[in-house]
Amino acid sequence: MSHHIVAVKNLRHVYPDGTAALRDVSFRITHGESVAIIGANGAGKSTLLLHLNGYLAPSAGEIQIGDFPLNKGTLPQIRRTVGMVFQDPDDQLFMPTVYDDVAFGPLNLGLSGADLDRCVTDALERVGAGHLADKAPYNLSGGEKRRVAIATVLSMSPDILVMDEPTNGLDPYGRRQLIGLLKDFHHTRIFTSHDLDMVLELCDRVIVLKDGEVRADGPTREIFQDQALLAECRLEMPLSMQGCPVCGRQGKPVGD
Amino acid sequence: MASIDGALLDFKRLDRLANGDTALHRLDPRAKVLATLFFIVSVVSFGRYELSALIPFFVFPAVLVGLGDLPAGYLARKIALLCPFALAVGMFNPVFDRTVQLHLGPLAVSGGWISCASIVVRAALTVAAALVLVALTGFPAICRAMERLGMPNAFAVQLIFLYRYIFVLTEEGGRASRARDLRSCGNKGQGLGSYGPLLGTLLLRTWMRAERVHMAMLARGFTGSFQTRQQFRFGAAELLYLFGWSALFLALRLHNATQILGSLVTGIFS
Repeated sequence: MSHHIVAVKNLRHVYPDGTAALRDVSFRITHGESVAIIGANGAGKSTLLLHLNGYLAPSAGEIQIGDFPLNKGTLPQIRRTVGMVFQDPDDQLFMPTVYDDVAFGPLNLGLSGADLDRCVTDALERVGAGHLADKAPYNLSGGEKRRVAIATVLSMSPDILVMDEPTNGLDPYGRRQLIGLLKDFHHTRIFTSHDLDMVLELCDRVIVLKDGEVRADGPTREIFQDQALLAECRLEMPLSMQGCPVCGRQGKPVGD
Repeated sequence: MASIDGALLDFKRLDRLANGDTALHRLDPRAKVLATLFFIVSVVSFGRYELSALIPFFVFPAVLVGLGDLPAGYLARKIALLCPFALAVGMFNPVFDRTVQLHLGPLAVSGGWISCASIVVRAALTVAAALVLVALTGFPAICRAMERLGMPNAFAVQLIFLYRYIFVLTEEGGRASRARDLRSCGNKGQGLGSYGPLLGTLLLRTWMRAERVHMAMLARGFTGSFQTRQQFRFGAAELLYLFGWSALFLALRLHNATQILGSLVTGIFS
């Protein structure tokens, strides 16, 4: 199943104003992995994500998604393979109704009639948003918007899911719901987030970016226990791994 | 900036009315658009001193409000909001046009007053028809219908995007303006001057959002043309609706129903 691989080699990106957002980034994510890309503000996370579906072109280096190197010719195939969920759902939901929005991708892929309907309904049911189909996006709550945004991507049956700050701006219940939903996916998943507790629950592997370079890449719990590393990268240990604020007892690592 | 937020909420209410489920809501949008168009053309094609013949046309919005289960008071307020503009258009007519056209007992009414009233009534009629159309159909469906009736696709897409993002933009504008008000401590702040940068920021933010939206569209396989799912069906109900109303408008346009009713009533009593 080599087509679920994301390989980035010596990626460098310099914005037109001269800012080098990514200096030298290399990693390889294999099929079914769930990986978080974390780092301080301005470390280059969003720039990196925008390369993964070809919205930004590298200044130097290579990206391979599945069997294809990313270039102009493979772009349509790669955009189908990589489902990208943006940070602000308002950017992603641009059609008049939720149904139309979820149908946008499949329509571009050439689906129609009953196939289209099934595809849209399935995607909405999958995120528990079937009842929202006829609503307008601006009438949805933050959590509903986020779930619908995920459905718009699921409807194109991507192999790789890429999400920018998925839990950003959600209330605790909505966040919990979303984490439950994302746990059930078996895609190759790549997140960026400052919500390190979510990262701890969802990801086995963490890539830490610092000043446009990979500072660390390894198993989530190992990295979160390296206090010096975290402090250097303007991060801190997830709350659930820190001691209890009342009695001082050490938290039980998740998964044990 | 409570007024902007308030206006927005009010607008959203109009939009939500389109989610109703009456027979009128279910009609093909094209039939409703065409009937409304025909209505507007009939109303505006009257001569400028015509007043009595316009009154029967109120039957169209009234019937649709009744059958479509729309809140009449809310729509009436919306129409009343626009009447001052119509009044501003016609307010000099009574000054310039003083020829007496009508005697109501001892009162002589000049042509200027009649044409001014005619303008206001026409405005109320056309605005009522347009609001009822939006409330029964929804703006996006109207755009699609117009596209199917021959409007270029680019316009339809523009209008749909405008409608989608006007909510986001007004919210952003409202927030920026509120932030400015809160920090100007009840004074005028720096007056009008501070609105320049505020609008500039809004424009830049809109620009950036447009880029992100485009990005989201590309990510989902957008290739330049909008695909739509087929949902239009022009059946017997639509034909009946369109031709029924059109025939009525034509009849009301050619014959002054108020006058006929009047002469009928006076005929009975004399």
